[in-house]
Amino acid sequence: MTAYKVSVHITPRRGILDPQGKAVEGALHSLGFAGVKEVHVGRYLTVDTDAQSQAEAEAAVKAMCERLLANPVIEDFEIESAAVR
Amino acid sequence: MKFGIVTFPGSNCDYDAFRAVVDTLGEEAVYVWHKDHDLQDADVVILPGGFSYGDYLRVGAIARFSPVMREVAAHARRGAPVIGICNGFQIACEAGLLPGALLRNASLQFVSAPVRIRVENTGTRFTSEYDRGQVLTIPVAHGDGRYTADEATLADLESSGQVVFRYVDTRDNPTEAGNPNGSSNNIAGITNGDGNVIGLMPHPERALDSLLGSVDGLGFFQSILAAVAA
Repeated sequence: MTAYKVSVHITPRRGILDPQGKAVEGALHSLGFAGVKEVHVGRYLTVDTDAQSQAEAEAAVKAMCERLLANPVIEDFEIESAAVR
Repeated sequence: MKFGIVTFPGSNCDYDAFRAVVDTLGEEAVYVWHKDHDLQDADVVILPGGFSYGDYLRVGAIARFSPVMREVAAHARRGAPVIGICNGFQIACEAGLLPGALLRNASLQFVSAPVRIRVENTGTRFTSEYDRGQVLTIPVAHGDGRYTADEATLADLESSGQVVFRYVDTRDNPTEAGNPNGSSNNIAGITNGDGNVIGLMPHPERALDSLLGSVDGLGFFQSILAAVAA
């Protein structure tokens, strides 16, 4: 078994109104960051887990996302992982 | 008739629901602890309002895995009534008992105020005592009440009469001005396809006494009584 650190980025589904992102976007514009086109606010989780392989660690976290960590009706998720040395 | 009121850690409207059943309807109510696997032979299950598990992760996301939810799902599958009010609506959506999801209010503000909702369908077991198009004044108190679902689901809800309550303005129209949270199609409450599970953001259990400003919630509970007794 190898230890893996798996990161999960959960963001509002594209097309769904994201008032938090809009509010932050407006604040950045008022600070003078004129180049900002769009901001989205989501969640970032890290899962430390043991697995036989990186693929197995990612598959497990994908299952966690589908069952609990993200709601597919309103959210998208992306997974990244690395072995912990 | 017996109502089972599920108490999750962080529920705070369980007592109001209990009083609604016992004092107003004169029926029996029991509290069902979320870790139990026994609905105590309740005819009707209420998932009350509150902030179960501190709204951690997403509203209702963790409560849906409470042990008792297995029995609540089985109760719903048998066609028996399940009522999700506010946080209970959020939990019912997360549990897949109802389609869609509830997002942060479009205003990003917590809204605690009486709102006007229009009865869109009186053919349900939760609304038979109302008139179609009747406008009720019922309080809401939520930060995450913006109902959303994909276009196909919304169209389906609309065409099958599953939209039971809709937010309306002072002229009884479902406009943006009358929408407290930015819900799609001004949706305040829906049922599942079989019509035995309802979820709504407004609190009918808080509108049962003129001392509190409205008795418009009465018809909701009387409808259930009539339906289950039938």
